[in-house]
Amino acid sequence: MRIDCPHCGSRDIQEFVYRGDASVSRPDPDGEDALKHFVDAVHLRTNPAGFHSEHWYHSGGCRSWVTVVRDTLTHEIESVGFANEEIDR
Amino acid sequence: MRYSAFSLFRETLNKHRGWKPTWRDATPKSTYDVIIIGGGGHGLATAYYLAKEHGLTNIAVLEKGWLGSGNIGRNTTIIRSNYLLPGNQAFYELSMKLWEGLEQELNYNAMVSQRGVLNLFHSDGQRDTYARRANSMRLHGVHSALLDADEVRRMVPILGFEEARFPIKGGLWQARGGTARHDAVAWGYAHAADMRGVDIVQNCQVTGFLREGGRVVGVETSRGKIRARKVGMSVAGSSSRVAAMADLRLPIESQVLQAFVSEGIKPKIPCVVTYGAGHFYISQSDKGGLVFGGDLDGYNSYAQRGNLPTVEHVLEAGMSMMPSIGRVRMLRSWGGIMDMTMDGSPIIDRTPVEGLYLNGGWCYGGFKATPAAGWCFAHLIARNEPHPSAAAMRLDRFATGHILNENGRGAQPNLH
Repeated sequence: MRIDCPHCGSRDIQEFVYRGDASVSRPDPDGEDALKHFVDAVHLRTNPAGFHSEHWYHSGGCRSWVTVVRDTLTHEIESVGFANEEIDR
Repeated sequence: MRYSAFSLFRETLNKHRGWKPTWRDATPKSTYDVIIIGGGGHGLATAYYLAKEHGLTNIAVLEKGWLGSGNIGRNTTIIRSNYLLPGNQAFYELSMKLWEGLEQELNYNAMVSQRGVLNLFHSDGQRDTYARRANSMRLHGVHSALLDADEVRRMVPILGFEEARFPIKGGLWQARGGTARHDAVAWGYAHAADMRGVDIVQNCQVTGFLREGGRVVGVETSRGKIRARKVGMSVAGSSSRVAAMADLRLPIESQVLQAFVSEGIKPKIPCVVTYGAGHFYISQSDKGGLVFGGDLDGYNSYAQRGNLPTVEHVLEAGMSMMPSIGRVRMLRSWGGIMDMTMDGSPIIDRTPVEGLYLNGGWCYGGFKATPAAGWCFAHLIARNEPHPSAAAMRLDRFATGHILNENGRGAQPNLH
């Protein structure tokens, strides 16, 4: 598997650290049922068989966080973008 | 058909023309008492113990492919009960005891070989960690021993004792651990379950759940609707996919774990050896091949194959533990999909959906657990309450904080 880092270009996955499901967002700590939402955000995953949006950290390169959309059935990568920018799907 | 020395002798005289298939390839009926989804080791064991220990007769095991086509045929065949935490150790020791009587119980040769499991340590701190684990095992009535370097050298002289960075200082030894013939475990449970009237239905994929008033009352399959009073999921690797059909989200990520086997060589490794300075474990099959594995690839995957960096990483650890392995040619490698939970321990519990039960989240450890997982899951389904040995393996433990985290690495599935 190679990831096309938007800053460095195509690089081997050994340069990256996997940081999991990118669809998880931090709940509002002041919201209703905040504890339940935090428990779910930390532990529950959709874990799809198919396209999965996920974070990788380019520790062996530019040290950017990137959001990768990848097919978990084939490992084919559909898109890569900086994690702090919206990526088109 | 029962297997015995006599039946072998009789068939020898008969030129082996009288052997029959060891289980029926059943056609699904319209209604069952219990349906188990997943015809792997755990599912078949569950069906067997439901029939034998709980007196149920109307049971089906639904398998989407062929029997034993998942992780029961993809593991590294290790059995052991050398855990640290009370919630785990009692369970795996129950499994070990069931392994010890398994072949007589099932009337099937599963080649259970109690050749011992040796966990190497390389530093004082690691020795203390293993001493603690050895003591924890003994507190649960399980024999353990802490070996020094000379004892390890006498046992497995081929290891790299003079490795400059990670010299072997000794090992944690469980003599009752070992290996079993993985496929034969599935076949044995299928054989014994079939003898008790369990329907084993192959090529029958579950595509949805039948629900009435929030309760699961059966399954929709590629071979039609099948109703049941209770449905058990035993599909580790794909638990999230099956649970999603019941609108459940689980604390699980599916990740790929690779395993390897070398060409056959003369007997060199008499037991299971695990490396303490890297993630690597190895044993030698009865054919002579070295069977080994190491880390997960570390990302979500359902592909049943991994990437080359992990192959390199595992083999580097192997070279470091046992330099002579570099002269052995690798024969095959393959991948299996693991249900990696958020604390590295499994789940055997009811689900929030009435009538639906979950056995999953087995991480690396599903094979050794096969008999006890079947035993405890059958108990849960039949009596609707957890077996005492699996009472800690709850689905809601992440919310209540009663997690079972053997190595204390937090809610990061790829670190367990």
